[in-house]
Amino acid sequence: MYNEKVMEAFQNPQNVGEIENADGIGEVGNEVCGDIMRISLKIENDVIVDAKFKTFGCAAAIATSSTATAMIKGMKVDDALAVTNKIVIEKLGGLPPQKLHCSVLAEEAIKKAIEDYKNKQNK
Amino acid sequence: MIKLPIYFDNAATTPVDKRVLEKMTPYFTEIFGNPNSQHVFGRESVKAVDNARDTIAGIINAKPNEIYFTSGGTEGDNWALRGVANAYKDRGKHIIISPIEHAAMIETAKALVKEGFTVDFMKVDGEGFVDLEHLKSIIRDDTIFVGCMMANNEVGTIEPIKEIAAIAHEKNAVCFTDAVQAAGVLDIDVKDLGVDLMSMSSHKIYGPKGVGALYIRNGLRISSIIAGGHQERMKRGGTTNVAGVVGFSEAFKIANEEREKNFNYVSSLRNHFIDRVINEVPFVKLNGPDKDKRDKYRLPANADFSFRYIEGESILFSLDLAGIAVSSGSACSSGSLEPSHVLLALGLPEGLAHGSIRFSFGKHNTMEEVDYAVDEIKKAVERLRAMSPLFKIEGDKKYV
Ligand code: FES
Repeated sequence: MYNEKVMEAFQNPQNVGEIENADGIGEVGNEVCGDIMRISLKIENDVIVDAKFKTFGCAAAIATSSTATAMIKGMKVDDALAVTNKIVIEKLGGLPPQKLHCSVLAEEAIKKAIEDYKNKQNK
Repeated sequence: MIKLPIYFDNAATTPVDKRVLEKMTPYFTEIFGNPNSQHVFGRESVKAVDNARDTIAGIINAKPNEIYFTSGGTEGDNWALRGVANAYKDRGKHIIISPIEHAAMIETAKALVKEGFTVDFMKVDGEGFVDLEHLKSIIRDDTIFVGCMMANNEVGTIEPIKEIAAIAHEKNAVCFTDAVQAAGVLDIDVKDLGVDLMSMSSHKIYGPKGVGALYIRNGLRISSIIAGGHQERMKRGGTTNVAGVVGFSEAFKIANEEREKNFNYVSSLRNHFIDRVINEVPFVKLNGPDKDKRDKYRLPANADFSFRYIEGESILFSLDLAGIAVSSGSACSSGSLEPSHVLLALGLPEGLAHGSIRFSFGKHNTMEEVDYAVDEIKKAVERLRAMSPLFKIEGDKKYV
């Protein structure tokens, strides 16, 4: 049911883990299925220098987390906000329809982590 | 050397036994007549269908004219419930089924609610056993149908059908059992059990797909759900699947003859598997009957585990990549995104239901395959837990 790119990203995901003393952390739960994802970011001068994720979720959730974190590394935070789940899905060559909601996790977790970073900046 | 992939999903379906296929083959090309035809071609097919009916009736201690061929378990379930509801609605409109029935039952029951019937569920305990006292307390004078599977497909629990039938009959309700997982595995005598209806399927016991039978006790009223032909004594329209019923009866015959041997062999694989998983993989829960009840109250092929902190679909695909085929009750692997209704009925918290995997063994599996699988499970579980945000503190109470 998954294509090869998705299976590859699921089998060998990049950026698994947790950044210590992260500059921004975002944890989200998926309302559709109850899955959970946490993304932590290391940010220097508004540039994402490192991103890591942990996921309790299906193969699609793991694959999209891997791809999304890989994409935002090296991006400016505001550019990273523009990385939508659609872009991630395209990069992975598509997901089965009942699995589209899984990709929302990564997008939301990244947004939340950046929000967290911005909140900390403003203090 | 182990040959990959390994098939541990025998509760989903089984490969056709070579002996069964051999019996079936002539009925595709040589003896192809329509059993409804009057000529010699038709009569040859009738003979084959009659023989199959006799064989199946003999195994379950029914009369041949109590066996109705169907397209399988789903049709049998639909027919039993809908057919009885239609035929008995003048007597009452109350239906009781277990909450761990196959979707064919549950969905039919839901449809009947829309048509004015009332459906109540008997309670099951944490191991999946029906609570008989609860059943006694909800059955009413207007209850027309009591339905419970003989053995559950997901967690393997073997239900007290004889007792359930006795309770149903005290109130003159019809008692149905879905024996799709049990037929050919357990010793079944419909007269001794006292059930009025029983659905069976061929492809779970090394027979072909798309064929099964419904046992309907003589004297029971039931309406048809498939109109348009006088097959199966006017009760089920559609040209009989001659090769299919020949295959089904041969599969059932072999399963019955080799029942003890297969039971012992398959449960030895399963028991070794359960023991190793419990001893070697931390934070697992065996779903269904407790370990010490497994030899008597759990289907010999079944082992269902929840792996804490991780999600079933990702386990399923990890094992698939390692060459092991299993199934999952997790929300993510179902089209509906709801965790298995069976595990929820057993009271499992959603998180655990989410991380469930069903392993079902068969006569073609080997001990080497079981050992290989346990080693791969350990690796997959460790890898996925390292990715899980829930698995940070050992024994994290929040998610148990
Ligand atoms: S994230 Fe839950 S089904 Fe994919």
